[in-house]
Amino acid sequence: MSSIERSPWLIHYDASSCNGCDIEVLACLTPVYDAERFGCIVTGDPKQADIFLVTGSVNHLNAPIVKNIYDQMPEPKAVVAIGACAYSGGVFAECYNVSGGVASTIPVDVYVPGCAAKPESILDGVVRAAQILKEKEKAMRATRKAERKGRKAEGAQR
Amino acid sequence: MKGIEIYIAIAYVVLGPLLGGLLDGFDRVITARLQGRVGPPLLQPFYDLRKLFTRRIRPVNRLQLPLIASHLVFAVLTGVLFFYGSDILLIIFVLTLASIFLVLAAYSTGSPFSTIGADRELLLMTAYEPMIIIALVALFGVAKSFNFYEILSSAMPIYLYLPGIYLGLVFVLQMKLRKSPFDISASHHAHQELVMGLTADMGGPALGMVELAHWYESVYLFALVLLFFSSSWVSAIVGLSVTYSLIIFLDNVTARVKWQRALSIAWLVTLVAGAGNLIPFYLISRGTP
Ligand code: SF4
Repeated sequence: MSSIERSPWLIHYDASSCNGCDIEVLACLTPVYDAERFGCIVTGDPKQADIFLVTGSVNHLNAPIVKNIYDQMPEPKAVVAIGACAYSGGVFAECYNVSGGVASTIPVDVYVPGCAAKPESILDGVVRAAQILKEKEKAMRATRKAERKGRKAEGAQR
Repeated sequence: MKGIEIYIAIAYVVLGPLLGGLLDGFDRVITARLQGRVGPPLLQPFYDLRKLFTRRIRPVNRLQLPLIASHLVFAVLTGVLFFYGSDILLIIFVLTLASIFLVLAAYSTGSPFSTIGADRELLLMTAYEPMIIIALVALFGVAKSFNFYEILSSAMPIYLYLPGIYLGLVFVLQMKLRKSPFDISASHHAHQELVMGLTADMGGPALGMVELAHWYESVYLFALVLLFFSSSWVSAIVGLSVTYSLIIFLDNVTARVKWQRALSIAWLVTLVAGAGNLIPFYLISRGTP
């Protein structure tokens, strides 16, 4: 089992959610749902995080922040968009300031449905994101290896 | 006893993280059970550490990694000196140096969170150091030695002579291990006022080294506690497990205090439990030559 799959650390950002989905994210940490079972720790530092949980729609004010957090996270990383708002803007989609779902700003790996999303499905989303991370890590290793081989071959040709 | 110290010191370098990680793992499982949760697997700290070292991240500045590496090196050195049987008084200075490197690393990032965390870590150091020094002086008073093995082999029930000092030491261990109610400089939990505090802006291997140093530290800190219970195997096992459970229990039932409170309580405890134990002990032991 890859190490990243066993210890996916989370960072949670409330883009412009109504707080409904955020309460459900926090519920995942309580004894009933216990996200720590899967090795999850909620960290406040993007540099320490592996999975980015975003709730709510993205608007013009917070788009740079979402982008900033995403950019600070080390590769490989996964994004989980939680709730209807994070998918398409939800009930706020028509607002003059809303630019849409999370995908309008950064690439999303997992969508968790619901308004508000249920803690069970959020946990399911996190576990899936951890599996995706594993795949990404594998792919990253393969490309790195190929690059190294390519460089070696180049050196030999010279 | 001569000659074996060097092997114990080497064993500490190799096996220290194993023991420290297991202590951490048990801590997390017990904490989860106390809160009515299932909790992570026992080996979770090792999974975390392995992941941290595989993460590739550019450090925030050129100073951070060398400073954290020095923190780790001096934390290991403290333990090595300790188990090599060097003067415990010397070890306290190396221990302080190790903490200072961590504080410097936190300052170097310039993040407001890590700066406040570093400030608070310095305050905590001023809070716990007097008690540690009193504890060592008292241990010397009983065993007439500053050497780990000589105190250990004096085989006296030191906890009977120095109950106040023992309690004071457990109290400051709570600070040194960054446990609630004194986890004011850093915490594993993001939902606090300081976010990650001291460890903010440390990612991947940097955080891994801090974690590793913490494991090394917890091993020799528990060895220090062991000195109080070295009279027999039974008392050693009972004493260590009671101390360990007490620390986890306090961590779970107390709320974080403000730094002013932490400082004043620590000094009060040092004065009452530390000096209040040390002074009568000296008077009595001088009376019975
Ligand atoms: S999906 Fe529903 S509950 Fe979640 S943030 Fe949007 S409106 Fe609120």
